[in-house]
Parts: sequence; C-alpha cells; structure tokens
Amino acid sequence: MTSELIRLTVAQARVLLDQREVSAVELLEAHLAQIERLEPQLHAFITLTPDIARRQAEEADRRIARGEAAPLTGIPIGLKDNLCTVDAPTTAGSRILQGFLSPYDATVVARLREQGAVFLGKTNTDEFAMGSSTENSAYGPTRNPWDRERVPGGSSGGSAAAVAAGEAMLALGSDTGGSIRQPAGFCGIVGLKPTYGRVSRYGLIAFASSLDQIGPFGRTVEDVAVLLQVIAGYDPADSTSVPVPVPDYRAALTGDIRGLRIGIPAEYRVAGMDPAVEQVIDQALATLQELGAELVPVSLPHTEYALATYYIIAPSEASANLARYDGIKYGLSLPGETLLERYLRTRGEGFGPEVKRRIMLGTYALSAGYYDAYYVKAQKVRTLIKRDFDQAFERVDVIAAPTSPTVAFRLGERTADPLQMYLSDVFTIPANMAGLPAIAVPCGFAHGLPVSLQFMGRPFDEPTLLRVADAYERATPWHTEWPKLAVEA
Amino acid sequence: MRLSREIVDHVAMLARLGLTEEERELMREQLSSILEHVSRIQELDTEAIPPTAQVITLQNVWRDDEVRPSLPVEAVLANAPESEDGFFRVHAVLEQS
Repeated sequence: MTSELIRLTVAQARVLLDQREVSAVELLEAHLAQIERLEPQLHAFITLTPDIARRQAEEADRRIARGEAAPLTGIPIGLKDNLCTVDAPTTAGSRILQGFLSPYDATVVARLREQGAVFLGKTNTDEFAMGSSTENSAYGPTRNPWDRERVPGGSSGGSAAAVAAGEAMLALGSDTGGSIRQPAGFCGIVGLKPTYGRVSRYGLIAFASSLDQIGPFGRTVEDVAVLLQVIAGYDPADSTSVPVPVPDYRAALTGDIRGLRIGIPAEYRVAGMDPAVEQVIDQALATLQELGAELVPVSLPHTEYALATYYIIAPSEASANLARYDGIKYGLSLPGETLLERYLRTRGEGFGPEVKRRIMLGTYALSAGYYDAYYVKAQKVRTLIKRDFDQAFERVDVIAAPTSPTVAFRLGERTADPLQMYLSDVFTIPANMAGLPAIAVPCGFAHGLPVSLQFMGRPFDEPTLLRVADAYERATPWHTEWPKLAVEA
Repeated sequence: MRLSREIVDHVAMLARLGLTEEERELMREQLSSILEHVSRIQELDTEAIPPTAQVITLQNVWRDDEVRPSLPVEAVLANAPESEDGFFRVHAVLEQS
C-alpha cells in the first residue's frame, strides 16, 4: 500500500482524500516511510520535521472531514531550505545560517499553510542557491535517485531528488539561472520557473534579486499547475510582485496544441552537447509536430553572451545581498579584536568556496574602475538578450530547447573547474535574464538517465507553457518512469 | 587577463572576506579564468543600448505612510549572537586613540 500511495499524483490523491478512502495521515506515513528508507542514500533533506508534519496531517484530516478541503490540504510537500519558515530552521545550505530560526514565514509558505499542506521538512540546496549540482551545500551533497554516483542538479537538487524518489509529492525550489529546471531535468520530473514577479519572493533568502523566482516541482504538469495556482499572485510585501490577475492554470490543460507555433532557436545547439541528448530532443520535437504544432526556426543571436552576462550580474547582486551576513544580527558570529576582524573571520569561515568566489566576482565587477566595463556593460547586453526574445515572440507562441546540454554528471566531476560547472546552465540562464516563464519536462532517456525538454514563454503566459507541456506529457510515457531505487521493495 | 595578488587582496577586503593563503591563490587563478570568459561581452557594441536593471519595468510602488504593527523586538533579537536592553550589541565602530 505504501508504494501505491507514494506513486499517486496530487490530482489522484485529492480524489482519494476527499472521498475519505485515504487519510492525510496515511498519505504522510507512506512518504515518511519512503524518506526513512531512502534518505541515508540520497540526502535530499537538510531538516526533517515529521512531528510537525503529523500534526498538520491530523489537522488536514479534520478539515477534510468538515468538507473544507483546499486543493493542497493534506498533500506532503518539501520546501527548499532557502524559504523562511517559523517552525523549522532555515539554513540556505550555509554554515553561516546554522541554527537560524526565521521570525516569519515566506509568503509562499504562508499560502501553503493556509491550504492545510503538510510540510515534510527543508530540502538540500547549494549554499545560498549558488550552484548547479547541490555539491556546494555545507550539509553534504544530495545524490541523484537514478544513479547515486551522479548529481541531482542544482541548486534545488534536494527538492528535485525528493519528488523524483517519492519522498515528497510536490516541492518548492528557487530558480536564478536554472536552479529549478536543471535539477528537474536531471531527476526526470517537471519543474517550472514562473515569470519574474509572478510569485512573491518575500521570505526567500536573496541571491540575485533581479533574477530569483520561486517555483514548483511535481511529477506531472497538472501537479505543477496546482501548486503554481496556490503560490502565484500579488503580494504587497514584495515590491517586485506584479499586480496582475492569476489565471486558472488547470483550465489551460486542454490537451490540444494544434496550430500552436513553437520556435526552435538554432543557437541552442552548442559545442559540447551530448549527441545522445540531442537525438532525444529531436524526437520530442517530432512528437510536438505530430500533435499538430508548427515548428518555426527562430534566432536568438545573443544567446552566446547570456552565460557571461549572468556571471557578472548574478554575483554583483549576490555580493550586495550577502553583505547582511556580518555576525551581528543573526547566524554565525566569530569573535575578533576589532569589528573588522570579526567581519573577516565570520564571513571567511562562514561561507563556502562557491559563495566566496561569487562574492569576490561581484565585488570586483562593482568596484571603482570596473563598474562600467563589467556591470553596466552586462546590463546593456541583458537588454539585447531580452530584445531577441521580444522579436521571437512576435512570430511564435513558445520556444522549445533542451534544458541542459548533457544528462546528470558524476559527483566531483566538475567541482574543480567552476567555468565547466557554469556551462550546465547555458540553456536555462537566458529565460532568467529576460524574466520569462519556462518549464522543464521529461522527454526520454540517454545513457539510462533522464533527458529534459524546456519550453520558454511570453511574460505571464504560464498557461501556454503548461498547455504544451501537458499535451506532450499525455502523448509520451516518460513521466510514468520511476528510478529503480524508489520503487524496489 | 591575470589578476594580481594586490587586486585579489583589495577585493577581499572590500567584501570583508577573510581568505587563507591557499584561498587567495586559488581565487586568483579561478577569478582570472572566469573574468576572461565573461569579458567576451566586450565584443558587442552597446553604445546606443540602454541597460536593463529589472525586466518588468516596474515603477515606484507606493503605499500610505501608516503606522502598522511590526515584528516584536524579542523575535527580531532572538537570532542575535549578542543583544542588550532590546538592542543588537555591536563591537565599537570608533575606537578611542
């Protein structure tokens, strides 16, 4: 029974919960059993909160009994550990925030609480969401459920691995340069980065504020749509939250994409791309054509500069955001003879190598003499990247591209070479630079590991992304495949 | 482009990052190669292009200047390593000479 319960989609679970055939407590216990079995092998969570989850599940059952269930009442969810929660520590994967207990909930967490969702705990992340493999966590790496010698992707690798392994039904992550889509791709599940401003970032530990966006992970497009519905919408506590109405995302899943124009950018075939991945992507595009979509070649000529632009803008914003970790207000604090010495020690020992690298890069790019050559120049190139998309979307409804140039790589394989690691995000970064919504969906296997197809859309046009991803999912079996580890008795 | 030791030390001090000897050398190598890669953007002519600081072109967000409840002082100070009489306790910024 346990294995059946963890394999339910949210939509299926909702029916069983509401008909009282399964209780929220039973659903939770099935996931806790899976966590107990697999966590020693995967390490998808930094903090587990089974006692809180049990209380929430009991409350969810009472709410369901009263006939007051909301779409996520009783659904077990993992939260990336850079989302502030009042009842469990928030570490952002960093030693500098060890033991930090937030005095408030992130807006997305508050919205899930109102729905009666069940929180399993805080999932593992690269420190301050900086990374593409979840190897930069101060709490140790997460492993990919498809192959434990490989990374789950990053930085939301804990959330992706938990959902892929049946430890959580849904999870939230954050995406600054691909940190939802790339791990979703490596773990064979669905991940969505919403339009910048669609979801409140209040209570998300800031990395690069003009790029960060919180988004959902699920095993099906419909499940992702249900979670997005709950977290989307204006929040006065976040001044970059946009006051536009939230459409009905599930209603967008019509299954019909006939006549839809899908842009295929030539620039998304880079040197170093795995030919086996390329072949799977080509098959997926052929399937979309069979479903009645029209494939239209488009050009995004500044794509090749997106990675470089990102690695100026994101570290610059990070260096400013991370100035708040000074050992005085919260977090690690190491003594020193002077205030300066205290800063140097606390920050020097509290941050890990990738975070230090990016703070240094950002501080350099913003410093006198380099500001115009790096930071301002990058902001101008960002304009060019955005214009490429604006022009392409005059001709097409969505753009399709691979999520990553390769399948999940081996742990340790890229840690010594930061530039090589940064290349994992080459296809996901442009959407963040332009603030566009983008979704990653499983589209097959190469070398026995999941391959992922990405759709990017017009600002606030999540409905079209969800529609095309759902139509593709209905026509293909990939979302029904499970990692052997997760389903063996 | 190869960064000098002086630049690395200067940037680390600006960022208030205490680096070990080993880290300073590694940082010099890695930042040099990353900066070489990102310098590719210099190829582009952006003379007439305005910068994009944020993509949604939001204007100022206003609200009425009303007194509203805030977090309780105890909650704000709960995570502070040191506090005193409802304040953060800070190392002296100005020292007596």
